[in-house]
Amino acid sequence: MLTKRIIPCLDIKNGRTVKGVNFVNLIDAGDPVELGKKYAEVGADELVFLDITATKERRRTMHDMVLKVAEQVNIPFTVGGGISSIEDVDDLLHCGADKVSINSSAVKRPELINELSQKFGSQCIVVAIDAKKIDGQWKVHLAGGSIPTEIDLFEWAEEVEERGAGEILFTSMNHDGTKGGFANEALARLSELVNIPIIASGGAGTVQHFVDTFTKGKADAALAASVFHFGEIPIPDLKKELQQNNIEVRL
Amino acid sequence: MKLVIINYGAGNIKSIQFAFKRLGFDAVLSNDAEEIKKADKVIFPGVGEASSAMTKLRESGLDKVIPQLKQPVLGICLGMQLMCRSSEEGNTKGLDIFDVDVKRFSNAVKVPQMGWNSIQGLKSDLFKGVDENAYMYLVHSYYAEDTDESIATSFYEKKYATAIQKGNFYGVQFHPEKSGKVGEIILENFLNL
Repeated sequence: MLTKRIIPCLDIKNGRTVKGVNFVNLIDAGDPVELGKKYAEVGADELVFLDITATKERRRTMHDMVLKVAEQVNIPFTVGGGISSIEDVDDLLHCGADKVSINSSAVKRPELINELSQKFGSQCIVVAIDAKKIDGQWKVHLAGGSIPTEIDLFEWAEEVEERGAGEILFTSMNHDGTKGGFANEALARLSELVNIPIIASGGAGTVQHFVDTFTKGKADAALAASVFHFGEIPIPDLKKELQQNNIEVRL
Repeated sequence: MKLVIINYGAGNIKSIQFAFKRLGFDAVLSNDAEEIKKADKVIFPGVGEASSAMTKLRESGLDKVIPQLKQPVLGICLGMQLMCRSSEEGNTKGLDIFDVDVKRFSNAVKVPQMGWNSIQGLKSDLFKGVDENAYMYLVHSYYAEDTDESIATSFYEKKYATAIQKGNFYGVQFHPEKSGKVGEIILENFLNL
């Protein structure tokens, strides 16, 4: 059986791991390569590196980091942050990234999804969607969740699938950083609406939250950061508990 | 030992090179027919789309070279699928090494299959020291049908061939270079064939 995946997310700034709480107040949580290796050893199924560096050196530091991760880590990893062209993706895949994640650039120019999936294959194109529920409506947000749009989450999800995305990484802005659980209602609706895998993101605080997002939220994978980085939920314990709840995981 | 990874412009092959490096082996990337023929072991990778990958192989003449190789050859992911008779992806005629056809998963399941799935019915020395139901990392929308050439199967929508062997030719649908320690055991086994 295909297992549900547990994905630690490492936010990267200037080559170091950081984690924003509600996308502000960044706290340093270590070296991305060492952290990635450690996560692979303890049973993480994949890794996501999200680059939030805004300096001119961003590309070069990211390439260096991707090369080092690919050299030392024996599980798949996705790289996201500031990717907006075929060249960006080509560079990152050549450095050894398995998948890339695009977000605002896809909203600004949806054809980018078609271009990337045709050139590199759907399997390596993840479309990340940050959305916030406002007056009962899930609206897509840009630039790390700071800029609201009028785009509906579910319509956008259908469109990105049609354009060739291989996977959707959905972050609920209402849940992110709260440690109060994932946006399971929206996740379940997404999962039924599209036929590509859905990664749940935003809100992980307890083991039960992961159980719920795989059962009630019908997510294919769950992503979290601080609960893993600060050792609040050790991945081996999490996976054992998931298995006890009859959720197929890789142990 | 001379290890060559066939480089025909198909996707990310750095990960495979790095995986062998972690095992202590320097793999050479090459699209040169003579260099490939002289290698002790050959890796035939592939990520991307079947018909455009076959076009690249034909343009470089490698479509004639690969089926004639006598040393152990390991096709990975799309590499394995191209070693089959045909693929529904782009209605592609393959290298016809394996008497197997490649089909698309139906929409009864999420496509692509993405993640870790278990492997069963392990048959060859490629799986020496690997437990039944070990988990391997896979990303694919098309699958090879289960035949008597299967040396391992997985289940997604249906039972399909997750590894195939015919003579010196081996193919795996999963990515051993991305499948943690178990993947490394399989790569090491291939080097020891």
